[in-house]
Amino acid sequence: MANVTATAPATERLQLLRVLGPAHIWALGVGIVLVGEYMGWNFSVGKGGMIAGLAACWVAGLLYTCVAMIDSEVTSTIAAAGGQYAQAKHIVGPLMAFNVGLFLVMAYTMLEAANAITVGYLLDTVAGMMGHTGLNQKPFIILSIMFLAWLNFRGVLATLTFNLVITAIAFLAIIALFVSVQLGASAVPMDFSAITTAPLPYGWIGIVAALHFGLWYYLGIEGTCQAAEEVRSPARSLPYGTMAGIMTLLIAATMTWYVCSGLLPWEYLGQAGTPLFDAARVTGNTGLMVLLFVGTMFSTLASANGCINDASRAWFSMGRDRYLPSWFGAVHPVYRTPYRSIVFLVPIALIFALGAPLDQVVTFSILSGLLGYTFMTFNMVMFRRKWPLETIKRGYVHPLHPLPTIVLLTLCAAAYFAVFLGYGTQLSAMMCFYIVASLWFHFRRYRFVRRGDQFTMPWPKPRGY
Amino acid sequence: MDIWNILEYVAWALSALFGALMLMNLIRIDTTYDNELLTSSREGEIEVTAERHQI
Repeated sequence: MANVTATAPATERLQLLRVLGPAHIWALGVGIVLVGEYMGWNFSVGKGGMIAGLAACWVAGLLYTCVAMIDSEVTSTIAAAGGQYAQAKHIVGPLMAFNVGLFLVMAYTMLEAANAITVGYLLDTVAGMMGHTGLNQKPFIILSIMFLAWLNFRGVLATLTFNLVITAIAFLAIIALFVSVQLGASAVPMDFSAITTAPLPYGWIGIVAALHFGLWYYLGIEGTCQAAEEVRSPARSLPYGTMAGIMTLLIAATMTWYVCSGLLPWEYLGQAGTPLFDAARVTGNTGLMVLLFVGTMFSTLASANGCINDASRAWFSMGRDRYLPSWFGAVHPVYRTPYRSIVFLVPIALIFALGAPLDQVVTFSILSGLLGYTFMTFNMVMFRRKWPLETIKRGYVHPLHPLPTIVLLTLCAAAYFAVFLGYGTQLSAMMCFYIVASLWFHFRRYRFVRRGDQFTMPWPKPRGY
Repeated sequence: MDIWNILEYVAWALSALFGALMLMNLIRIDTTYDNELLTSSREGEIEVTAERHQI
């Protein structure tokens, strides 16, 4: 097929390949997120102490449970690449869709860059432990992005099967550490005395400040939606994969907090680079140490891999609708992947991975994610109003509407405040960026959009129109 | 030169290899196939054929 020059007949179309099942969706969602258990979440303990860390873990867990439920309902109905972008396009309107598409691409590309930086840092740590100083991290950062982009380029089934294997190993490593410590494999006993001696070292405001980093436990689970056009049965697989994913993460997050808080002093835990790996080192068990190092590396690679998958799908679907140049809306005729979008986003990820500090990259990713969650709240309300339950069939109907929406909006507001406390300048800069991008889209780009073609769902007319 | 110096060179080489593989394939596909075909993907085709939204 590759050697044949082809011209498109009117009916022949290249579509993304429908080969994925619920396990791949689980691997995509949990794979992106699990790195947050291995690093990053522990800064919440530094912001407010052990109790604040646990409160952030569960409050953020509640926020993301709402995200997973809302997303499952809408995505099981709008099974299109681009996920929340396609939702916004059908339910809210073009300007919102353009912004949501940008939120997605920014959030995932930044997270991919952060993961690549972390791979370099981890290898530098290992090299240091083996007596080698001054490791050049750049080739390893570039290699992780290049290899994973190439894997994504070659096909979605291999990419997400790879993610399934390494994510499962990383998750099992956390369980193995938890069980081993319970069975007495640790040379150091669990110690939770800081809960009584220093319950809230920075007061109640510490809990709010901790929420910023509590998001790390679950950030990215909404990425499951991006595979909507590549699963065999979207209405079944997406809700199954997403809900199984958030349950996995709630278990992993609580275990992680428990083991790390018990084995490491909270003052150290609050600024540790790799808390789970450090907890394994404290046990004095070499097997656990190796396992948790492997888990840390695998979770980082799985996250970067999932981010490349998701960012390219969002960029591809925007190109396909001409929100961006239609060149990006191409599908590879052999591998059936959005190959131009994958290649285009590689240098952007490299620029951030090689040229920006980790905390700034991570904060931009979190902020873009938060903006996306805020959109989900009024998107859900509009979806139920325009198309009530009896008008279109859903693969999943989330319970207690509108309570999850209200909870999500409230928690988003608290999270904005928490981010503002530490990164107010970045928050303002990010908002300015999206406003300028919106103006460009409204005045310069929207004229190229084929307005009738972008609404593809065979739904009845919305109520009230 | 220890193992880590060698690994740095290996990482540079593999990065270049993966980048070149992607770029060469992209150029080959773009020069072999018609752009109309490559950008012919349309959203929501499964819905049109299966009509899953009808109650």
